Amino acid sequence: MEMVFIAAALIIGLGALGAGIGFGLLGGKLLESTARQPEMANQLQTKAFIMAGLLDAVPMIGVGIAMYLIFVVAG
Amino acid sequence: MAADTPVEYIKHHLTNLTYGKLPEGYERADGSVVQEATWTFARTGQEATDMGFMAIHVDTLGWSIAMGILFLGLFRFVANRVTEGTPSGLQNLIEMTFEFVQGIVRDVFHGKNPLIAPLALTIFVWILLMNILKLIPIDYIPSIAHALGLEYFKIVPTTDPNATFGMSIGVFLLILFYSFKVKGVSGFSKELAFNPFNHWIMIPFNLLLEILALIIKPISLALRLFGNMYAGEVVFILIALLPLWIQWTLNVPWAIFHILVIPLQAFIFTVLTVVYLSAAHEDH
Repeated sequence: MEMVFIAAALIIGLGALGAGIGFGLLGGKLLESTARQPEMANQLQTKAFIMAGLLDAVPMIGVGIAMYLIFVVAG
Repeated sequence: MAADTPVEYIKHHLTNLTYGKLPEGYERADGSVVQEATWTFARTGQEATDMGFMAIHVDTLGWSIAMGILFLGLFRFVANRVTEGTPSGLQNLIEMTFEFVQGIVRDVFHGKNPLIAPLALTIFVWILLMNILKLIPIDYIPSIAHALGLEYFKIVPTTDPNATFGMSIGVFLLILFYSFKVKGVSGFSKELAFNPFNHWIMIPFNLLLEILALIIKPISLALRLFGNMYAGEVVFILIALLPLWIQWTLNVPWAIFHILVIPLQAFIFTVLTVVYLSAAHEDH
């Protein structure tokens, strides 16, 4: 049964790691390109939000599955 | 509610109100035996599982249809009472939504098709309304349903994969339809066979790659929306297990985060639908 907790921890941890790197890159590039071309800011923001939504989905699904594992499968 | 332990509570809140057929001689949870095959509501999660493929999730269907009617009714109501000059209140909101979706379609869609903008508006507002149901505290409506004698009730249709897959398969059929219509059977099969490597020896490899890429589209669309909403729902349910006086410390930030997530997921579903349909309209 303890293996379920380790699996859940791995899911949340690795998901957070990947999402963190991804959001860092995304936000950094957004700021960089907005500083370079301020007139593009609106377009870039819209596209960045699409990317943020795509990026957000994977760790969120991971959190959901991990919570399910911890509280229903193991609980 | 009908749950004593935390695990039962979570399982209870993640089970849909299922209407399905129980086979002859099936022993129900209260010990009674079904005399002949009957259509009925499931009283336990096990019964819902045993009803198999042909079971219907009545709550998902009902709430999604209700939200669809709300969307159509609201937009019709406003469209009938349009005033020129400075719009006020509700009309302003509807116009903003409309122009927002119009902007997406203008930016992303390059073909010519009068169906795409209404489709995008429908998808956006419908998903938004279905997702917003999640901000209603999770026990309110299930306890009303429970008082009316319904054992299970899950109000957010997008936390049920049946609803999200229903929408994404609809989009997938449209993609196929417009691919065949715009490119023709030969054009579409050529695109599948000679992309990305334009050489006859690579045809099987190309076919495998392109067909996989085609099939993954509706799956990823549906799972992204479902996954986000389901994960959010599970966390809300877990927060509801805490003592009442401490709940707001977690519930408020999570709900505020969801004010961001809810329109974002509706927006992404819409944008990706338009992007996929735009790709289906590109004739080389």
